[in-house]
Amino acid sequence: MSTTNNGALSVHLRVWRQDGPGDAGRFETYDVGDISSDASFLEMLDVLNERLTLEGREPITFESDCREGICGTCGLMINGRAHGPQKGTATCQLHMREFSDGDVITVEPWRAGSFEVIRDLAVDRTDLDRIIAAGGYISVNTGAAPDANLVPVPKEASESAFDAAACIGCGACVAACPNSAAQLFTAAKVQHLNLLPQGQPERWARTEAMVETMEQFFGSCTNHGECEEACPKEISIDFIAWTNRDYVRAKLKNRKLAGQV
Amino acid sequence: MGKKWVMALTGLTLLGFVLVHMLGNLHLYDGPWETHEYAETLRDLGTEVIPRTWALWALRFGLIAAFALHIHSAYSLTRMSRSADRRYPGGRDYIAANYASRTMRWTGPLVGLFVVYHLADLTWGHFNPDYIRGDPYHNVVASLSNLPVAIWYIVANVALAVHIYHGAWSMFQSLGINSPRWNPLRRRFAQAFAAVILVGNLSFPILVQAGVIDDGGRSVVREHQEQLDGAVGEALGTLGSAP
Repeated sequence: MSTTNNGALSVHLRVWRQDGPGDAGRFETYDVGDISSDASFLEMLDVLNERLTLEGREPITFESDCREGICGTCGLMINGRAHGPQKGTATCQLHMREFSDGDVITVEPWRAGSFEVIRDLAVDRTDLDRIIAAGGYISVNTGAAPDANLVPVPKEASESAFDAAACIGCGACVAACPNSAAQLFTAAKVQHLNLLPQGQPERWARTEAMVETMEQFFGSCTNHGECEEACPKEISIDFIAWTNRDYVRAKLKNRKLAGQV
Repeated sequence: MGKKWVMALTGLTLLGFVLVHMLGNLHLYDGPWETHEYAETLRDLGTEVIPRTWALWALRFGLIAAFALHIHSAYSLTRMSRSADRRYPGGRDYIAANYASRTMRWTGPLVGLFVVYHLADLTWGHFNPDYIRGDPYHNVVASLSNLPVAIWYIVANVALAVHIYHGAWSMFQSLGINSPRWNPLRRRFAQAFAAVILVGNLSFPILVQAGVIDDGGRSVVREHQEQLDGAVGEALGTLGSAP
């Protein structure tokens, strides 16, 4: 073991362990000492896993990839909050300095009917991909690269679209929602395209398909606003309102486009 | 999301009803006869064009439909969420969700039960031996002077205000009425609406209990009716005794 560095802390972890999708699961406790306060939460788990492995015990399964807050792979429920106590921060960007020496920290996987636990803290988020597959793309042929500024985009619209496009698809909104609704994720993925000129041809078809796919797998929004607080990219629930508006317009317009009105 | 629209639109209808109902009830402060006349005005709505009480019945059917749809969408959306949701055995924190938003599924059914009781009490006259048809002032006093009934009215109306506090804001989100310019007003609208309804509706049971609204057990409407009957009887009697 290394010598105790400045600002090192010890924490008591209560971690959800589950051997597989069918397993009932249980909490197990670990005392993790000598952790640098500059370590990220995931690095702390890495250290614990290393120690567990050396002791011949099974390390904790959790997901991560870029570890710089932009890929959306990591995500843990830490002390009852999605991505932990720091606002606008993904789990990988949460640092141990947010905790105090001796803290008891409860770590759970995201929970939702459609987020099946694969093992320990890793969950299956395929249903979010199904929503994207239903319309989160632009398939009109764009031809050769157009001249710059040929398609004018108002600054406000592009800013708004960027805000929505900041969604990294981590699923914290679903995890934090008391209804396990995926409205914020879906709204961000619908609106970052619907707000821009390139998204217009498929706007109504996209909105209808993505919303209806979402409703097959997730709960119904009751406007608590928990998702907005949990979102590591601080995406606003304004996008949910706009998507509600677009959905009803889509229901009318899709039939009109098909010549049925 | 279609069901959220149904929820919001029927909620809006019910908000309108709750407001008009509360304002109409303020006639209690004018006195028994004025309250009776107000009730009659409602039955007389549209009599220039259609038979008496038809307009009132149309409004009633509209309300029943709004209630039914509101409850149906609440029920099916709740089922959808229940089947999609999993609890956190380790506990969870609420940051944005407030007491009102988290109790919608309790305050809703409570208000629903209250509406049934309220109709049975003051429209159909069950539970109330002193009920006199056509004299709302008397009936309100007869019911609300009973302390447990007054408390039940107060509890139900607090639940209604809490329900409105979240519902009247949530409605804007569901309908997609969202613009940076007006957004701060949405919460204030919900707060003000809930407060106005709360103060208005609570004033009735409280002031009946305090004895401010009181008819001393008399019924102005019945007395008027008896006077009329007496006059008619007298007139008939005069006719009968005429040579």
